[in-house]
Amino acid sequence: MWTAILLGTLGVYLLKLVGLCVPKSVLEQPQVQEASALLPVALLAALVAVQTFAAGHDLVIDARAAGFAVALVAALLRAPFLLVVALGAGTAAVLRLIT
Amino acid sequence: MSTTGTITDRSWPQARAAVLRDAVGVGVAVGALGLSFGALSVLAGFTVAQTCALSLLMFSGASQFAVIGVMGAGGGALTGAATATLLGVRNSLYGLNLASLLRLRGARRLVGAHLVLDESSAMAMARTDPREARLAFWATGISVFVLWNIATLAGALGAHVLPDPEALGLDVAAPAAFVALLLPRLRGRRLWALAVAAAVIALIMVPLLPAGMPVLVAGLTAIVAAFAVRRAGDR
Repeated sequence: MWTAILLGTLGVYLLKLVGLCVPKSVLEQPQVQEASALLPVALLAALVAVQTFAAGHDLVIDARAAGFAVALVAALLRAPFLLVVALGAGTAAVLRLIT
Repeated sequence: MSTTGTITDRSWPQARAAVLRDAVGVGVAVGALGLSFGALSVLAGFTVAQTCALSLLMFSGASQFAVIGVMGAGGGALTGAATATLLGVRNSLYGLNLASLLRLRGARRLVGAHLVLDESSAMAMARTDPREARLAFWATGISVFVLWNIATLAGALGAHVLPDPEALGLDVAAPAAFVALLLPRLRGRRLWALAVAAAVIALIMVPLLPAGMPVLVAGLTAIVAAFAVRRAGDR
């Protein structure tokens, strides 16, 4: 755990520092700009999919999928952050209670 | 968030009060997220000390959630660190935009770098007056740092007094939080296509790769594909 924390921390901090130090010409290239806009979207989407549908090495549709669907609709309707989280978790909790 | 930052012909005390008020407001909003981070981190198997270390040292929301998400699913330390680092790439770009504005040197640059975040960068870039922009960066950065860390500790300690996390649906809290973070970024069909493609690739990889790797592979594959599509479209 500590290895991941310290290595990740080092990586994240150096990237923050690099932006303040690197000559403008490098980061102003369109490809660099674009990649940094696309990366978070791709990684977050992949993370959401895995956390919702993966159980070990299997793919399952369970209460998590229902909770995720409700959270997605809430987020699309621009609900506040905490409400999105509460609705997603609440849906899964209620489903587990009644099944 | 107030839009008063666009008005330039008013007194400095007024402008300063508006910047500080916004900074605290953003800090409180981020604190709510920190509360859920603290709880989810402990539920993912991290100790309270490790959870607080993440918020104090890494101090980048999406990267921290990625570490606990990957490691909580049984992923390796290197995979967790790599995913967190890749999610931090956007901070470099913020730094570049801020560099000419802040003009930091030496120790102040080392401290300032730690405060380069989505929130502090957005608040600084929203101001046209350089003095207001510099104050917005520091005030927002410090406000978020303080409230994020207090909230993380509270969430981490609170996680222990909760009953069975699955009965409360807390395993859905992380994906729900990510969706809430992700959706405002999905402007345009291309980004939606990228997000869906990354999600599908990740799920295809789940049975094939060790835990944590599907997210990394899917993220990188989707980016390469996005560039390939763009290039083909240019021709």
